[in-house]
Amino acid sequence: MSIMDYFRRTQPKSATLAKERLQIIVARERVRTTGEPDYLPRLKQELLQVISKYERIDLDQVSVNVERSGDCDVLELNVVLSESERAAVRAAVSRGGAPASRNC
Amino acid sequence: MSKVVVVTSGKGGVGKTTTTANLASGIAALGYKTIAIDFDVGLRNLDLVMGCERRVVYDLVNAIRGEATLRQAVIKDKRIETLYVLPASQTRDKDALTLDGVGRILDELRAAGFEYIFCDSPAGIEWGAQMAMYFADEAIVVTNPEVSSVRDSDRVLGLLDAKTRRAELGEEAIKTHLLLTRYAPARVAKGEMLAYQDVLELLGIPLLGVIPESTAVLQASNAGTPVVLDPTSDAAQAYLDVVQRFLGEERPHRFLESAKKGFFSRIFGGQAATA
Ligand SMILES: Nc1ncnc2c1ncn2[C@@H]1O[C@H](COP(=O)(O)OP(=O)(O)OP(=O)(O)O)[C@@H](O)[C@H]1O
Ligand SMILES: [Mg+2]
Repeated sequence: MSIMDYFRRTQPKSATLAKERLQIIVARERVRTTGEPDYLPRLKQELLQVISKYERIDLDQVSVNVERSGDCDVLELNVVLSESERAAVRAAVSRGGAPASRNC
Repeated sequence: MSKVVVVTSGKGGVGKTTTTANLASGIAALGYKTIAIDFDVGLRNLDLVMGCERRVVYDLVNAIRGEATLRQAVIKDKRIETLYVLPASQTRDKDALTLDGVGRILDELRAAGFEYIFCDSPAGIEWGAQMAMYFADEAIVVTNPEVSSVRDSDRVLGLLDAKTRRAELGEEAIKTHLLLTRYAPARVAKGEMLAYQDVLELLGIPLLGVIPESTAVLQASNAGTPVVLDPTSDAAQAYLDVVQRFLGEERPHRFLESAKKGFFSRIFGGQAATA
């Protein structure tokens, strides 16, 4: 044992890191196999609140979906603007290990 | 009564084939009529680990296709009276196994009085692995104390819950067991390797056993003799404990702590070792 080992001991152990990473990975993938994450209804509600500050919309004009495509999840948000039906605002957020653009 | 047991893992190279060979040998040595089936179509490993590769004539796919009878395809072990092996085919045909065919083979084996039917799964979570687990009554999930292996085991648990006969028929769920292999207590003590408690907590299934990393395993596979047949090594003893637990005996877990500590680690490594 060298003097360096003595200092290293104050840093987090790699096994601790492994455990922390796994807790996140496992939680995320369990959601996948059971279908959609349980936060979706709340997410939808909150989005609706934000959007309605700027536009008049109804609940059923917002759809939020999570889809798996290959190795990543895509969170798809679809908002149909009412009245003039001017446009549909679409956003897709993807997640995985790498930046979204490279991911899908 | 017969039990179909799948040995599965997701990640490759974690010790499924080693585990299948040792559990099947250990259980058969107690007098139970036991067969180990190699589902790793295209690779064929189990016969090597069990030392019967030179006697392979027909295989699982031949039996499914009716090119050989099951009796012709099954190899009787030379050392243990009640032990049999059904080797994998080396065909590259991905569709060689069918659920129907596998189901028929298992029915025949049950009818022939096999009490334990071990299915050695290929790596991965694709069709081959799903085929190996489909008819299982119990599953041994082989895991190494390492991030990708634990993650894959968790995926496999999801599949066992959803893509199996018991799941589809809404029957009682497959009984799952965690088998942690290649465990190095000294490295755990240094904080370099996940502790068995962590893996247990992450996966949340009962612990069947912990097999230490051991050179005896490699030597055994070199010789084609499952390590349990020479119970002097720690890995052999750990596997023999697993056999007893699998049959319902209570056995304390062993080989969880590193053996004798050196002079320096006793002085400096105290808190790390007990953490
Ligand atoms: N407890 C152990 N100690 C040391 N080496 C081991 C241990 N268990 C397995 N091994 C070694 O690890 C390697 C892989 O083992 P094995 O073939 O049983 O894994 P597997 O999960 O069946 O692999 P695959 O996914 O390719 O089928 C082999 O070389 C084997 O000897
Ligand atoms: Mg194997």
